[in-house]
Amino acid sequence: MRLTGAQMVWESLVREGVDTVFGISGGAVIHLYHALPEYPIHHVLMRHEQAAAHAADGYARATGKVGVCLATSGPGATNLVTGLATAYMDSSPVVAITGQVATPFIGTDAFQEVDITGITLPITKHNYLVTDIRELPVVIKQAFHIARTGRPGPVLIDIAKDVQAAQGEYQYPDEVHLPGHRVPRNDISSPVQQAARMLNEARRPLLIAGHGVILAGAEHALVQLVEKANVPVVTTLLGIGAIPETHPLCLGMAGMHGEAYTNLAMSEADLIVSLGCRFDDRLTGPVSQFGRQARIIHVDIDSAEINKNVVVDLALVGDLKDVLPALIPLVEERNRDEWLARIGEWREDSAKRDILGRESDDLVPQYVIRQLWYATQGNVVVVSDVGQNQMWEAQYFIHHRRRALISSGGLGTMGFALPAAIGVQFGLPHEQVWVTAGDGGFQMNIQELATVVQEKLPIKIAILNNGYLGMVRQWQQLFFEGRYSGTPLLGPDFAQVAAAYGIPGLTVREKSEVEPAIARAVHSDGPFLIDFRIVQEENVYPMVAPGAPIHTMIRRPEASEQG
Amino acid sequence: MKHTVVALMEDKPGVLNRVSGLFRRRNYNIESLSVGHSETPGISRMTVVVEGDERVVDQVIHQLEKLINVTQVFNVTHQPTVIRELALIKVKATAGTRTEIMELANVFRARIVDVSATSLTVEITGPEEKVNSLIGLLRPYGIEELARTGRVAMVRGGNGHSDEPDDAPQATSESK
Repeated sequence: MRLTGAQMVWESLVREGVDTVFGISGGAVIHLYHALPEYPIHHVLMRHEQAAAHAADGYARATGKVGVCLATSGPGATNLVTGLATAYMDSSPVVAITGQVATPFIGTDAFQEVDITGITLPITKHNYLVTDIRELPVVIKQAFHIARTGRPGPVLIDIAKDVQAAQGEYQYPDEVHLPGHRVPRNDISSPVQQAARMLNEARRPLLIAGHGVILAGAEHALVQLVEKANVPVVTTLLGIGAIPETHPLCLGMAGMHGEAYTNLAMSEADLIVSLGCRFDDRLTGPVSQFGRQARIIHVDIDSAEINKNVVVDLALVGDLKDVLPALIPLVEERNRDEWLARIGEWREDSAKRDILGRESDDLVPQYVIRQLWYATQGNVVVVSDVGQNQMWEAQYFIHHRRRALISSGGLGTMGFALPAAIGVQFGLPHEQVWVTAGDGGFQMNIQELATVVQEKLPIKIAILNNGYLGMVRQWQQLFFEGRYSGTPLLGPDFAQVAAAYGIPGLTVREKSEVEPAIARAVHSDGPFLIDFRIVQEENVYPMVAPGAPIHTMIRRPEASEQG
Repeated sequence: MKHTVVALMEDKPGVLNRVSGLFRRRNYNIESLSVGHSETPGISRMTVVVEGDERVVDQVIHQLEKLINVTQVFNVTHQPTVIRELALIKVKATAGTRTEIMELANVFRARIVDVSATSLTVEITGPEEKVNSLIGLLRPYGIEELARTGRVAMVRGGNGHSDEPDDAPQATSESK
């Protein structure tokens, strides 16, 4: 069949199962937009290309399907960069399509020309510049295949404008031929046996569940393994939801802002089994001190992660979807009462220090998050932004469902939450989607409120507003002589801003107003925004000081010590 | 320690850029890199010399393998290998020193490929140590220009390179 390049793009996307794309039009994609109405694909007009990339990323994380974003050449393409880097760091399957100036103009510094394949080389799994229409179908087929197989990641396709306009014979390939694209299929039986033996012998074993468990869809297998071996499990930030946080063997998130008992378990363990986690520095602290008492097993689909940050005793390269079911029959049911009792004691000590146990009328963010959990019983999808708000959400919302926390982990991209939530809501139209954000990050992509309204999305927004770039302020308070340089932040009246966009909103200043405000949002049909004016200088505790070993936590000061 | 890594990759625009960009971004210490056609049309062959311990070279190999355009990667460091480098050395020569230089070149089985009134250009092929020795000996005469290709390597014997890609990474036991 003869099609234009633009038609080929949409036809191929339909064949890949794409029904929603997030983008912004422009001169170098005008042919693509011209052909779009002929195809059953809903285009979501974002207000910034960065938001389009985050939305595609959010869609991908919520559904496991490939998210697609679209931008024009030059500034449209460069605006995608932060979103692609975010997706790359968190292994999210995204395909980004950009327009490029026409082939004869490439390399001439033409209007809105930028070398986006060059720019995105280190932040995409792969990328393409298409200057010949005959390559277009194969490239699109490959791009989707690469994005979703193995360790997922973003792929960018840059298509010259004249290729979009040209006509050619269209035949979509049935399969891809990519000799350089390796998906591990090696025999894992020997390392699996060894791992089982090490796990059976361990007296104080601990699992770390990372994002890989969720990406592999291996959550059920994880629970089976944990229950059979009777072994406690901690998660990374992105591993939250890999096992229900209500599970007695789940110790929650570990790392810089992990609970003390979680980090103590990690440093006291005699065997650490990492499942789909890449030993990020926010999890490990200084690697020389990480798991000092432990032998370490690293299970990952990406062989390049083995021995990258932490040198391990056993490497198991494979898909967790295969590895865990292979491991389960080999692990023995063991009594680990002593180890679990020790963790239980640490856990009780942490509970005593919990701010929620204190009598106070202060509007603290932890209370807001916990009330949000009470009101929804955790049956919503939370998209958190970056900073203190992200850590409070991770600590105080109890996630018992898979893929129900979406957050920018590796890159830590402020401004991620609102646009990502738009993608999440399209991916999960029947779920209630909540954005939790700080006043700083929310202002970084606040323009997307217009997209929410235009697309009639019932997204709920909780802003934890402390008038600071709070995480940096916390570091300044604790490690930089209390000099609040560049962190006090003037924000607008967010409820009024929401109103200007046509979104109902509330400002909450008192603790007593939290519950009714959340109830109103939960039961509203459309979008809703609540601006929580929280205690300004509340800190995230516990905290591991930068560069300090992971078991040396700065704990919340006792009530009497706090000013 | 120096490691020799051989990679086969698609001969397409930008592939070398992907490889060199990877080395730069991951902060790998690359001593030399040489690339040219292989026995298969459309496939280039690259030899990289990496400075670092086993862990570093493992990382380099696995990161290279992640590049979609890279089809195969081998670490040939611990295999019997033919290693060669080619250098062109333009050295100052006067009527008094010309014969001396030519004799030195002879000893190294190097060839004189250009002669002018004031210089000689010597072409030498061999392992780096041999090339280094000759350069060391010629330096006192005054080297005006030097061009080295970097190492190319090929495993001895057998029938072509192994079809098996490099194994999954091995954990370094007891090394923490």
